[in-house]
Amino acid sequence: MSNARKLADNLPLTGAFSNRNIIINGAMQVSQRHGTSSVTVAPSDHYVVDRFKIQDYSDATFSSQQVGDAPTGFMHSSKLTVTGTDTSLGTTQYQRFLQPIEGSNVSHLKWGYGAMAKTVTLSFYVKSSLTGTFSVFCFNNSANRSFISTYTISSANTWEKKTVTITGDQSGAWLSNTGVGMYLGWSLGTGTNFQTSTLNAWDASFKMASTSQVNLAGTNGATWQITGVQLELGSKASEFEHESVGITLSKSQRYFYKETTVSTDTGGKLGVCSGGNTLVIDHALPVQMRAKPSVSLTNANLRCGDTVAQGFTTTSGTVSLNTYAGSASVTYILGGFSGMTSYRTYLTEPDGTSTGTVQFEAEF
Amino acid sequence: MVIENAKYNKNTYDNSKNVSINATINGIIWSVPLDENNVHYKAILEWVADGNTIDSAD
Repeated sequence: MSNARKLADNLPLTGAFSNRNIIINGAMQVSQRHGTSSVTVAPSDHYVVDRFKIQDYSDATFSSQQVGDAPTGFMHSSKLTVTGTDTSLGTTQYQRFLQPIEGSNVSHLKWGYGAMAKTVTLSFYVKSSLTGTFSVFCFNNSANRSFISTYTISSANTWEKKTVTITGDQSGAWLSNTGVGMYLGWSLGTGTNFQTSTLNAWDASFKMASTSQVNLAGTNGATWQITGVQLELGSKASEFEHESVGITLSKSQRYFYKETTVSTDTGGKLGVCSGGNTLVIDHALPVQMRAKPSVSLTNANLRCGDTVAQGFTTTSGTVSLNTYAGSASVTYILGGFSGMTSYRTYLTEPDGTSTGTVQFEAEF
Repeated sequence: MVIENAKYNKNTYDNSKNVSINATINGIIWSVPLDENNVHYKAILEWVADGNTIDSAD
C-alpha cells in the first residue's frame, strides 16, 4: 500500500483535521476529584474522572477509579467494579456511564434542523470481565429523542475498539446553549421501561438500552473499563486525537475546578477579614465556567496569615458564596477562624497539615 | 442527588437578602448560588417541590 493510500485512509472524511473530538477527557487522563483513588459508588450520581460520571439508580453498588490499565497508546482508563449486585433490575432502574455534552459544543451538528442534521461517529476502547451485548445511547435534554445501538464484547478482560455511527437527528429539540445539548453514554444495565428493540434509529421517547443486554451489576466483582472515547463528525472513526493534558484540563475546568492541596501549586489567595473571623476572598477562575459554580471545601482544615503573623488555623472551616458570585470570578467567604483583626488583609496558606482548599462545581 | 438539608445565606454586607444556599448534597456541604443553571440549585428546587423546606438564614 502506498503512503498516499495510507494517508488517505487515516484522514477524517468530514470536519476539521484537529479539535475533532466533541468529547472532553476521552483519554480519561484528567481526574481532579479523586486522582487515582478508588471511590465507592452508592446509588446516586458520581463523577469517575472529569466529565464522565456513573449514575447508579439500582440496588447495586460499584467502586470507580481512574486506573493505569489501558490499551496501547493510552495511559489511563475509567474502571467500574461491581461491589454489590442487583440481579433483577426494576422496570425503571438502571446504571449508566455517561458524559453530558454542552449544547454550544454540539450546535454545529444541526440536530433538529431537518436535512441539515449531520452524522457523527463514536469510537471507544472497552474491556469487561463479562462478554455479550452491551448498549450505547444518545438522547436529548428533554429525554424525548433517543438513539440506541449495541456493541459486543467478544473476549473477557481484553481491550476491544468499538465504533458506532449515529445518524443526525432531523427532529426533536436539541439545546445549543449552556444546557445539555446531548447525553452520550453506555448502559451497564437498564430496566425494561427504558429498553427498546429499535436499534440504530431515532425513537421519540426515552430509551437507554437494547432488549438484549448484559446486566453488569448481576455479577459480583464484574468489571467494565473504557477509554479512548471520541465523537466526531462523519460516518468514519478516525484515530483518537490525543491532546495535551493542559488543554484537556482547561476544557474540564469549565465544569469543575479544584485547587490542588500542594501549597506550591495552589499559592495563596488574598482576602480581607470582614469581621467575625471570616475572610472574604475574590477568586478569578482559571477559565470561565459553564454556569455560576457551587463551592465547597476539600476538607475543613484551613490556614491563613497576615503581615504580622502566620498560622491562623481552623479544623472547622466553612465556605459560603458571597453576593458577587459569577462564572468567571467568585467571591466567597471562609469562616471558622479565631483571633483575626477586622479589615486586615490575610493570605490563605495551605500547608501539609491544613490542606483544605476550595473546589468549584458547574457541571450539569 | 441526595440532599440532606439546605439553609439560606444572607448578604454579609448588609444582611438584607438571601445570596446563596448551604446544602449537604451527596454527603458534601456545598454553597450553592441562586442560579437555575446551577445543577445543585436545580436539584434543591426539585427537593423543595417534593415537600422539603430550605431553612431561613441566621
